[in-house]
Amino acid sequence: MRELFESTIERLFADLATPEYVLGCEGGEWPTALWAALDDSGFALAGAPEALGGAQASWNDLYVIARAAGRFVAPVPLGEAILANWLLGRAGIEPRTGSLSFSADASLQLRKSGVSGTARAVPWGRHVDALVAVADADSPSPSLVLLSRASITGHALQLNVAGEPRDDLSFDNAQVLACAPLPAGLPADVLHLGGALLRCAQIAGALHALLAMTSGYASERTQFGRPIGAFQAIQQQLAVFAEQAAAANIAAEAAFAEAGEALAAFSIAAAKVTAAEAASTGAAISHSVHGAIGFTQEYSLHLFTRRLWAWRGEFGSASLWSQRIGQQVCEAGGDGYWALLTGQTLAPHSTLGKTA
Amino acid sequence: MATTQFRYSRIPAEAEALREEVRQFIRENLRDYPPSLRAQSWMGFDAAFSRQLGQKGWVGMALPEQYGGTAAGPFARYVVIEELLAAGAPVSAHWIADRQSGPLINRFGTQAQKQRYLPPICRGESYFCIGMSEPNSGSDLASIKSHATRTGSGWVLNGQKVWTTNAHHSQYMIALVRTGEKQANARHEGLSQFIVDLSLPGITVRPIRDLAGGEHFNEVFFDNAQLDADALIGTEGKGWDQVTAELAFERSGPERFLSSMALLKTLIDALGKTPDALQAREIGRLSAKLVTLRNMSLSVTAQLAAGEHPAWAASCVKDLGNGFEQEIPEVAQLLVEAEPRQEGGSEHARVLAYLAQMAPSFSLRGGTREILRGIIARGMGLR
Ligand SMILES: Cc1cc2nc3c(=O)[nH]c(=O)nc-3n(C[C@H](O)[C@H](O)[C@H](O)COP(=O)(O)OP(=O)(O)OC[C@H]3O[C@@H](n4cnc5c(N)ncnc54)[C@H](O)[C@@H]3O)c2cc1C
Repeated sequence: MRELFESTIERLFADLATPEYVLGCEGGEWPTALWAALDDSGFALAGAPEALGGAQASWNDLYVIARAAGRFVAPVPLGEAILANWLLGRAGIEPRTGSLSFSADASLQLRKSGVSGTARAVPWGRHVDALVAVADADSPSPSLVLLSRASITGHALQLNVAGEPRDDLSFDNAQVLACAPLPAGLPADVLHLGGALLRCAQIAGALHALLAMTSGYASERTQFGRPIGAFQAIQQQLAVFAEQAAAANIAAEAAFAEAGEALAAFSIAAAKVTAAEAASTGAAISHSVHGAIGFTQEYSLHLFTRRLWAWRGEFGSASLWSQRIGQQVCEAGGDGYWALLTGQTLAPHSTLGKTA
Repeated sequence: MATTQFRYSRIPAEAEALREEVRQFIRENLRDYPPSLRAQSWMGFDAAFSRQLGQKGWVGMALPEQYGGTAAGPFARYVVIEELLAAGAPVSAHWIADRQSGPLINRFGTQAQKQRYLPPICRGESYFCIGMSEPNSGSDLASIKSHATRTGSGWVLNGQKVWTTNAHHSQYMIALVRTGEKQANARHEGLSQFIVDLSLPGITVRPIRDLAGGEHFNEVFFDNAQLDADALIGTEGKGWDQVTAELAFERSGPERFLSSMALLKTLIDALGKTPDALQAREIGRLSAKLVTLRNMSLSVTAQLAAGEHPAWAASCVKDLGNGFEQEIPEVAQLLVEAEPRQEGGSEHARVLAYLAQMAPSFSLRGGTREILRGIIARGMGLR
């Protein structure tokens, strides 16, 4: 499934998500043509159960889709829709066709009269038909709610550093399109974990493209009568970049492979820390190697670097995830340390729940 | 070369099943082995412990059964060595033989050489050292001058090696020497590898004290040492290719990022169960790195097992891993007010003193940072 996913989605992005298109969508344009093509091919349902109309792909298979979205810096909430539909499917709710996003930072209350409160930082929130969030309910476990754009009563429009919408949306006794208790075994911050997971893959993908672009440029640009890539100082910087890109890729892949049914927190946390550091290092080196041309709007370097700067912090910065891991490690103590690290692949249940 | 060469590979269940047994063995046999000794990691020497591991079948796990190995496969071996390293077990006696020399002999050796050298390696009784560096040839390994010349019955060896880890404990050295003339346009030609019996007349081994007073590495002199014809391992003149194949094993294992493990553990204990924000963040950051490095290293193991040639990927593991090992003594001093102590003080203070002094060597031994990054750049088509 994985190979097919990857080749299909890469072809689709190569055709439609060109640098001009990506730039044109900045500032909050909805990618009508791109979304239509994705909708047609059913990618948004890839992770939803077969019984409910999805492809029931594992996170391990979904990795290549999210990574491809990063390689092409696709200006579209595809990963968001996949995650939202996966979660709806887990809760027994039919997945949605049509544009879909989620909020990982919602303070919503589900009452008999409807849903009230705010869903913050919703990717493409101003455009999507519906969004998924976890709401407090008058019950021991929180509820998963599916809300329509039509029921939004207020909004604060926001753009991240790459001009991608991250909107705060408020609701006042909104009727849900669907709701269900959050399935047992899923932590209340499942969307935060899922969001972090997606961004790790996108960072890995963007770094891959950025590294190719930067080493290609170093082979072409000539100064002092030689390609700049012939200078050892440049070679050593690119080697560091390659190491970081490799680290981000395998960390993200591990997080997807180990995600399981409950989005294993430890490997997601480790991947986000690794990816965020790689994003910072890779973006800095790519600008340094490109010189002034990389600082222009015309040259597409910034399409990657500005997204890396955005994504490294979304759904928890390196600091936040490091701190959570560190807390757990210190609780286990020096003697339990190695067992904790090697056992994390075996214990998929979230033990890194929100501390705040 | 692409960064996607690193594919995530989980340790197979049958290899994973060994882990608890190794932990149990370590608990029983190293109960009273203190952190300050565990800090030596794979520099800790204990012949009896190596023999015990041999009896358990945990040396030569990558070698065929007919030569005393267990052919347990690379992942089973990985589980065993990472558990030993994580615990700081004294594995230095057999380490190089198990990691590098045994597999080299198995790959390039004749039937007779395998029969002679591999069984004692697998028993944990035969130790090897690596004779590559010379006084005027460090990073520029192809410039070595030690040379072997054919005689009627074998070879005569002359020259000098230096920084040879464990030569003073080892029965054998695998030496890279010149057997043909150096040519200006083919610097890597004319090199060959020999299994040198270090007890032969004409060979002198002298320990060199390191900056902390320890004796780990040596200088080794060859003065008309007479070698048998079958001391040559592999093909005459193909020493460079053989060494290059060896380096992927040498550069990708868990010893390239676990050298400061003892300190990381005493540091975590020193912080206690309620670290402040900075402390938690730094420990978490290091732990994330460690998890990722382990995945990278396991991926190279999978590539080696599949018969690929991951020299490029191995260089990535070693360079990133060395940076991680070297950072730990710095972070330890950032997080806890504990002065390093050679003598007295807490176990943490002694482990810190030892590793703060050892850390610079991590990115020298096995190839320097700059050389590794050069290999990575070459793989990217930049040179
Ligand atoms: C603890 C320890 C154990 C060791 N054990 C062994 C062993 O068992 N067997 C063995 O054979 N060797 C061993 N070595 C030697 C080790 O392989 C060498 O130290 C290493 O290859 C570097 O060589 P050098 O020390 O001569 O430094 P040099 O090669 O002189 O390098 C000095 C500095 O110059 C830099 N440099 C050199 N060439 C270049 C270049 N082309 N471009 C950019 N920078 C460059 C290096 O990166 C380094 O920073 C050991 C070393 C140590 C520290």
